[in-house]
Amino acid sequence: MLIGIKNASKLIGISIIACCAVLVCTMFLNFYLDVQSIESEITSELSLIFYNAQVSTAKVVCLVSGGCLLITSVVMLMFYIKHYIDTHKKELGILKALGYSNLKVAKNFWVFGISTFIGTAIGFVGAFLIMPWFYALQNEDKMLPEIAIHFHPTIFLYFVILPTVGFSLLAIGYAWCKLKKPVLSLLRNDFQTLTKAKKHTEDKLSKYSFVDDLKRNTLKSKKVLVFFITFASFCFSAMTQMSFSMKDLSSEMMGAMMLIIGLVLAFTTLFLAITTVINGNTKTIAMMRVFGYSQKECCKAILGGYRPMSYIGFVIGTGYQYTLLRIMVDIVFKDVKGVPVYKFDFSVMLISLVVFVLIYEILMFAYSEKIKRISIKEIMIE
Amino acid sequence: MIEVKDIIKSYGNGESRFQVLKGISLEIQDGDFVVILGASGSGKSTLLNVISGLERPDSGKVLYDTTEITALSDNELTAFRKENVGFIFQQYYLLPDMSVDKNVKMGADLVGNKDYKNIIEAVGLGEKLHKYPSELSGGEQQRVSVARALAKKPRVLFLDEPTGALDEQTGRQVLDYICKLKKQYDFTIIMVTHNLNIAEMAKTVIKMNSGKISDIYQNKVQKTAYEIGW
Repeated sequence: MLIGIKNASKLIGISIIACCAVLVCTMFLNFYLDVQSIESEITSELSLIFYNAQVSTAKVVCLVSGGCLLITSVVMLMFYIKHYIDTHKKELGILKALGYSNLKVAKNFWVFGISTFIGTAIGFVGAFLIMPWFYALQNEDKMLPEIAIHFHPTIFLYFVILPTVGFSLLAIGYAWCKLKKPVLSLLRNDFQTLTKAKKHTEDKLSKYSFVDDLKRNTLKSKKVLVFFITFASFCFSAMTQMSFSMKDLSSEMMGAMMLIIGLVLAFTTLFLAITTVINGNTKTIAMMRVFGYSQKECCKAILGGYRPMSYIGFVIGTGYQYTLLRIMVDIVFKDVKGVPVYKFDFSVMLISLVVFVLIYEILMFAYSEKIKRISIKEIMIE
Repeated sequence: MIEVKDIIKSYGNGESRFQVLKGISLEIQDGDFVVILGASGSGKSTLLNVISGLERPDSGKVLYDTTEITALSDNELTAFRKENVGFIFQQYYLLPDMSVDKNVKMGADLVGNKDYKNIIEAVGLGEKLHKYPSELSGGEQQRVSVARALAKKPRVLFLDEPTGALDEQTGRQVLDYICKLKKQYDFTIIMVTHNLNIAEMAKTVIKMNSGKISDIYQNKVQKTAYEIGW
């Protein structure tokens, strides 16, 4: 088989994102369904207000976290399939030349759904493991009657089975669309055709240096990677700052959980995106080295353009976490007594920014060492 | 002058280790037009890579006047390539998302050459400055790669089967452009080919067989690209 489990394993990013999404959503949705079952037992008005706030929280968290991570997973899946087809054009072209139909080849892409299954299953099991603690935390002040944990098969269906089937079908469908190219264009798997042919629009003469031009081109040619890098810094910024605020608004454990999820998401996405950037530009880097461009110039051309994007992601993340917590405190919990006043924590933002810049620059240094190791013989291996 | 002394180069490990270059020594004068001729697997491309500093030999020395490039660090070797050598490959290796102008600028920027457009004109692509490689024919793409290599004003131009992917007419045209530019800029040419006819264009011919030099001779008359057979 052309596409195997090994290829699906490269989609670890989707597994991790799916795991985080299902972990958070399962906890809150399970709690939402279980808390609804005790609604009739609530007698006091204060408990009812608290109950309504908890129900609203569960809805908001499920929609915001689940929706955001679902979109990211879908984009990541599509990006990986496109990347896979681009780098395996020749093999796929040979199959088509031999008479395999698009659909027959595309059907092999179902294995990409396995990564979703692994992620969602781990997230689902993980959610049930930490659920007793989570339920106790949600009802720490005993304002609601005892909430028992129930297993809801619909959640398993919606969060594990459906995403797995959905992602497998999406993979097949997207691959089928992408494979609708003439056989010859797939077989011409050379340096020239690795990236899509430019539209016949004339390029203006540039006043920038070659390195600056290449930096711009690298950004423009893979816009999805710009999204991933912005998303990674967004996750870092939002989740780190939110985790410190959650410490006051909820609990330290809740804050720690959010911090871990944020860091895992941020680093996984950043790692995958930068690795793809470098792998996709290996031949360009090799050619630059052949001509005598230094390691620093190669790094500037290939990775330099992503730095402003990552800082933009950090700013968006800061705004997002502030808005979300503002909504939670001012709207969702507005009638609940004892909720601390929420203020933007400038010092936490500053510390997060410094840590982010440090980590980002250390990562870039590590990747520049990877660029240094790219052999100039890469261009000769065809 | 380029001096090559006792170069040995092997690939693979253990039992599969294979010696590609078996003690090569030669001298190349400045401004020479050298063709390294040999069948597939004779070691000619490996020799080109070693002389140009793309690969390190297992033993032996390569000297450009007094500079021993085989003793340079990676960074020093990169700087050496930047200042001294240009490359033209069979497969062009142009950057697909960049126009002709920007591809040539890749070479020109390295030495601060602001007049690189003259070279694009010289290879007959003045009208196609804004075109992308996918919009050019094979011959035109190879001419872009010639302009890119020469825009950095190299002392030595290395060519690895530059006409290997071209038809006869286009191949002759590309070789003719290279020869005209050599007269204009006076650089040394070291070209690898398996085409006996192309060797007639060279001043010096180095024949290789099984990792050794089997013959070195000078052509009494250097033919032009349109005088040789194909």
